[in-house]
Amino acid sequence: MNNETEPAAEPAPRAVGAQVATPYRLVSEEGLAPRAPTGGGAAARRVLPAFRAAYGFTSQYFPAILLVAIALTILGVYHSGGLTLMGQQVRNALVLGAIYALIAIGYTMVYGIIELINFAHGDVFALSGFYAIVIAEALGLDKLATSGLGGLLVALIVLFTLSMIAAGLTGMLIERVAYRRLRDAPRVAPLITAIGVSFLIEGFLLVFFGPDNVATNKANWITGNAFSAGGVAVGFKDIFVVGIALVLMFALGAFVRGTKLGKAMRSTAQDRAAALLCGININRTIALTFFIGSALAAAGAIVYSINYGDVQWNLGFRLGIIAFTAAVLGGIGNIVGAGIGGFLIGIIYVFGGSLAGGEWAESLIFAVLVLILTFRPVGLFGIDVGTRA
Amino acid sequence: MTATAPAPPVAQGDAPKPALLELRAIDVFYGRIQALRSVSLDVADGEIVALIGSNGAGKTTTLHTISGLIHPSRGEIYLRGQRINTLGAERIARLGVGHSPEGRRLFQRMTVRENLEMGAYARRDREGMRDDYERVYTLFPRLRERHSQLAGSLSGGEQQMVAIGRALMSAPSVLLLDEPSLGLAPVLVDVIFEVIREINAKGTTILLIEQNARLALKNANRAYVLETGSISLSGPAEELLNSPAVQRAYLGV
Repeated sequence: MNNETEPAAEPAPRAVGAQVATPYRLVSEEGLAPRAPTGGGAAARRVLPAFRAAYGFTSQYFPAILLVAIALTILGVYHSGGLTLMGQQVRNALVLGAIYALIAIGYTMVYGIIELINFAHGDVFALSGFYAIVIAEALGLDKLATSGLGGLLVALIVLFTLSMIAAGLTGMLIERVAYRRLRDAPRVAPLITAIGVSFLIEGFLLVFFGPDNVATNKANWITGNAFSAGGVAVGFKDIFVVGIALVLMFALGAFVRGTKLGKAMRSTAQDRAAALLCGININRTIALTFFIGSALAAAGAIVYSINYGDVQWNLGFRLGIIAFTAAVLGGIGNIVGAGIGGFLIGIIYVFGGSLAGGEWAESLIFAVLVLILTFRPVGLFGIDVGTRA
Repeated sequence: MTATAPAPPVAQGDAPKPALLELRAIDVFYGRIQALRSVSLDVADGEIVALIGSNGAGKTTTLHTISGLIHPSRGEIYLRGQRINTLGAERIARLGVGHSPEGRRLFQRMTVRENLEMGAYARRDREGMRDDYERVYTLFPRLRERHSQLAGSLSGGEQQMVAIGRALMSAPSVLLLDEPSLGLAPVLVDVIFEVIREINAKGTTILLIEQNARLALKNANRAYVLETGSISLSGPAEELLNSPAVQRAYLGV
């Protein structure tokens, strides 16, 4: 019989076991909410409970408060411009919201799977707009698209397919080169890298396409009014933009919910180590996530081009941050939330701008961002906090 | 009749069985802290082997090292003679190591059924998979009832069942179980261990970690005692159960 069988004690390596248990620890979801205040004098003791109650109320009923605010804004627009203006703005909001939603999904998918705010995502959107220009020019799609309905369909299918693949591969390349090695690094490292990639893409676009607006030649691809009701003209273009966004979002939902790869993505997002233990190739899964997110951004860029006609080298910065707000509003990591958040942000942008003056629209969006981060960092639909950490 | 110290464990019986899983002199470091010191152990085909020891002795680290979540800085690990200690966790899982990890680590926002599907992720044999779903549902009838519920909404015992079921769905040749009894009501502990023996009887080799040494030793064929990162004792489970050193240290006799 061997002698030493010292039972307990020996604290040193003990702490180690705990490290293993949570190798991929997430930052707390309520990370940005104010901590419970400590200390403070008599005055603080009188003031703080009231403040805390107000904070608690606001954060608990944040979705309702926001929806009421949006409803009041819409009513305000109705009051100032009547039904026609309101109808037009609804149309505009849906079109804009569809584009934001397509971009927001990429943010939320990447955050969901590797906890990274991919600041380069907006620039992938802008880059895709330029991909679409180059592809359309190289294949003569602009002429084809305006030659008739059949030509338009072919041109759209070709353009969407090629641009989405090109953007998807770009997203995968960015992940492979810039983010993969930093996957287990402190979170600020990939974040800063993402900002670097963002500058890189913007610099590239500035050098190659110049500082001015670049015409995409796609504004005249889809023309004509589908119908007009109460003085509100709804173009085929508007229906197309919103329709494409909805179709792609539902397709993504079906993919993530119903396919084996989609389930692998969800499981990798929920517990990377456990996914590894199941034999899931997480590198491939994460690369796929970047592919899909970037491809959706490309779809957003094409509908943007068709709708607005011009793109700029720094388009991704502005739209990126707005779409990021949409993702946060819907609960970052939540794909359905990002879609809904995109449309809500579209509504806030258009109606808020209509009421307060267009120059205020972006300030309003960022005010909403600050409010969400303060009162409801998990977003409207959140992800139940308990299951994430 | 003595339990041997770190010495290479010898299978009982006449002909020594070939080792299914073999660890040779494994060293693992977390930064500068050494968590495992020259750990050698082997598991033969068809055995239940228990790894016992107090909190922080390195039991979980050993399992993490086998399944490739951690890589040893020295030593080798063989699965059916194939060296696996340099492979990634996902390759090792595909080679036939099923791991029900510490804390269960279920995909909380996926259903029971989806969790099981993820366990079978690497498999292509539809027939065998269908049989294995059936097998898991037969072992744990509760899971059949709750197959469309989110894993996060289950009780602790049910979650443990999903964790074991998920690991089984890969049709592993060796199943690593990390504290299957942790946090469960005594009745459930009995159920779980009954199932573990049943799984083993159907031909799956098992390497089991337990803090409850008595429970582990009663259910295992052989056992190793891990102490602050190295193996201090090993031998047939029954012998360890009766060994004064183990009794004093782990059984509270």
